[in-house]
Amino acid sequence: MPLTANLQPADAIAHVHNGALGSPFHARTSALNINQQWGIWNGYASAVYYADAHLEYFSTRNTCGVFDVSPMRKYRFSGSDSAAMLDRMVTRDVIAQPVDTVAYNVWCTDSGKVVDDGTLFRYADDEFMLCCADPCYDWFKLAAVGFEQIEITDISEDIAALALQGPTSCALLKAMGFSGIEQCKPFQIMRFAFGSDQVMISRTGYTGDLGYELWIAPADAELLWDKLFSTGQLYGIQPLGDESLDMARLEAGFLAPDVDFHGSLHTVELDHDQSPLELGLGWILNFKKAHFSGRAALLAQKESGNYRRLLKLDIEGNKPAENSILYADEKCAKEIGYVTSAMWSPVVKANIAYALVEAKYFEGPIWAEIYHQKEMRWYRKVARCTRVTKPFWSPDRARATPPADC
Amino acid sequence: MSKPVDIIIIGGGHNGLACAAYLAKAGRKVLVLEAAAQAGGLAATREFAPGFSASVAHTLPQLGAKLVRELALEQHGFSLAATALPSVALSRDGAHISIAGGELSGASAADTAAYRDYLHLMQKFAKAINPFWHKRPPMVGSGGLQDLATLGQFGWKLRTLGKTDMREMMRMIALPAQDLMDEYFESPLLKAALSWDANVGSKLAPRSPNNAVLPLLYRMCGDLGDGLPLPRGGAGGLTEALAKAAQAQGAELRLNSPVARVTLDGARVSGVELESGELIGAGTVVSNADPKTSFFKLLGAQHLDIQFTHRINRLRSDGFVAKLHLALRELPDFTGLTRPVGRLLLTPSMQHIENAFDEAKYGGYARDLPMEVIIPSLLDDSLAPAGQHVLSAQVQYAPYAVNGGWEQHRDAFTDNALATLEQYAPGIRELVVGTELLTPADLEQQFRVTGGHWHHAEFALDNWWMNRPTYGASQYKTPVPGFYLCGAGAHPGGGLMGVAGSNAARAILEEN
Repeated sequence: MPLTANLQPADAIAHVHNGALGSPFHARTSALNINQQWGIWNGYASAVYYADAHLEYFSTRNTCGVFDVSPMRKYRFSGSDSAAMLDRMVTRDVIAQPVDTVAYNVWCTDSGKVVDDGTLFRYADDEFMLCCADPCYDWFKLAAVGFEQIEITDISEDIAALALQGPTSCALLKAMGFSGIEQCKPFQIMRFAFGSDQVMISRTGYTGDLGYELWIAPADAELLWDKLFSTGQLYGIQPLGDESLDMARLEAGFLAPDVDFHGSLHTVELDHDQSPLELGLGWILNFKKAHFSGRAALLAQKESGNYRRLLKLDIEGNKPAENSILYADEKCAKEIGYVTSAMWSPVVKANIAYALVEAKYFEGPIWAEIYHQKEMRWYRKVARCTRVTKPFWSPDRARATPPADC
Repeated sequence: MSKPVDIIIIGGGHNGLACAAYLAKAGRKVLVLEAAAQAGGLAATREFAPGFSASVAHTLPQLGAKLVRELALEQHGFSLAATALPSVALSRDGAHISIAGGELSGASAADTAAYRDYLHLMQKFAKAINPFWHKRPPMVGSGGLQDLATLGQFGWKLRTLGKTDMREMMRMIALPAQDLMDEYFESPLLKAALSWDANVGSKLAPRSPNNAVLPLLYRMCGDLGDGLPLPRGGAGGLTEALAKAAQAQGAELRLNSPVARVTLDGARVSGVELESGELIGAGTVVSNADPKTSFFKLLGAQHLDIQFTHRINRLRSDGFVAKLHLALRELPDFTGLTRPVGRLLLTPSMQHIENAFDEAKYGGYARDLPMEVIIPSLLDDSLAPAGQHVLSAQVQYAPYAVNGGWEQHRDAFTDNALATLEQYAPGIRELVVGTELLTPADLEQQFRVTGGHWHHAEFALDNWWMNRPTYGASQYKTPVPGFYLCGAGAHPGGGLMGVAGSNAARAILEEN
């Protein structure tokens, strides 16, 4: 007797309104989201997972996956003061950033605490796009005080965007006709004719693997999606939900806002915000360039060496150290920090985590107190943690130009 | 590149000159760069009509004998035309109330008695707070010993007022002027006159909360005379002496030398560039300009942190006082006054002042304009031809951002001021042979002070002491190493006192 499951099509169950808007890809993403699991990101419905988070995650490591990043906030900075204004706001050298490249950046308060992070796209000497996960327009307006020739525009609704991530992503784009994409270096931008106008492709992403982000006018969004998925069948394309992306980013060593750090403008308690040094972002602090906001505070912090560290930990055992408190000793007498993100990493085969550890203790022994559940019963274990200095997952193909097989 | 100096001071206003004199006295090579053809800024005496001179600031309630003595200003020509001008609350019907020497005359018995109590308490408060005008404000949270000591002394001074007076000071410090006056007095005329000093020069009126006692105490910090001192030669008499004192100590004063920008070498100040393109090197640059000019025009926001820049940008710097100078061919006849000696207050009631303020809040101005009037030529023959007179008036409220711009309102405003004067001195219009009206827009344009604000930034509780002009720059040094403030935007504030300049000099000397 044949077993058949009469599953309702996703569209048929998408009838409960949660108040969220649909992104320009919503007609497509909604049709694929068979459980209708949506989170809300900046007011837009964003898939938690489409079918199975682990399956989706593996596409970023073995084939390729597509995540709808349209709800990202995107701001255009233009005018002759835009480079100087941005250079003073972010910690990296904007003046030296070449046209048609992208740079990961953070921007800080006067005290050197992170307000938010994002990617800065340079289109021309005096034109930029800054993308961040959360709205930041009020901070940008504040940061523009004293600069005359600058216009800041929220262009979030004008651009639809997809992240295409995974080892087959380059080959897929090439197969779609974007020839030359294999020459696109990490953090470089290329443009191709597509639909009614063009698609901009940047070699950027949040998975630590080979990957690209595709930027397009909303009117051409569905066409891009359809082309990706029709051509992508042979390349193992999968839609990605938030859960799978969160796994990939943790392996890759990327921070999640409001998870691994808390934007300074949103914290109330003292020191519940963090500096870039504390977050392991010392590599993007450029003390040799012109002044930037927070510079003096950060330089003093750097020189003191006395600051917390967001560490990458490899934890013994296989129980994810989610929400764990950390101690300097196995008896859990001296509390020294806490875990911000944790998972069992399928690709590294390790129990990994980020943890914020007090300045005095980050070089000493670290133990995690882990609570885990088996058939509704809770267990406690204390696991030894080992510091890891490199990203957990960083394959050569993520950096190779042209990528292998392209 | 011109020959470098140790210290450049941008702006030869009275604070810049005082700062220069103290720094030169300590052996530093100091260069003062003044944009105008004449030093002194808002305290320069200038000829406004042939033979008639006046200065924008006209009295010296805040000047201390210490500064006069230390800089030997009397040797350099400084003197007073009067040590204690009375303040006279003018009544249109001639029933004036005069305030002089700590006593009232012309007031009711109740008000006269109440004034003694009021003055006694205010003098106690003033005495407690006086030392702190002359000290560098503390930086809260610095953990520095000097900062802790200043805070400790402040607490101790308040405590030594005694429990009752200390609590009274805490209660009264943020009262609106109207509440303060209503608590003590009955005469509307007297209340208005006594409230004047609480609000003049600021965007405040009797009913404005948060700021009456502090400016009153500030006006009581001088000790040159028993009352309101009047400088001989106008306020320029003071600034010319300061310039000579600074030069006698070896400071160089260059006029007609507007600074375009402060130059930096890396994060540190390296000198200035003049509008002419000339570069002058100096390891220390001190700005006598207002905070907005100092940080936005001279330095540039790109060298400052974002939240600091925001706080400077949010400083309230719109001036609300116009200065009226009249050249009079003979002495006007004020109803009920034999001689118009003193500071005449044309403020019939606090309601009258408030009404004028209400107009100004929305970009207009009143028909009846409250004002303080001095005829300095009665006591000082250097300001007008013999037998003729200068009338110097601070007129409120003249909003910097008047609807439609000042050019279209200049004549109407002057006419309103003259009409107001006519109510007290009938026929005064006929005596006018020369007029100069300096609106806040004029003050901004002619004296390079943002908003034409007397105090460079509002003098108010939220913008006082460790918050003047804002935390991060309240100890004269700024976030940019080598760049200092010495103007009215720094502690203790505006008014002819020179203490922002001398305090800045001391801070610079302590650090270098």
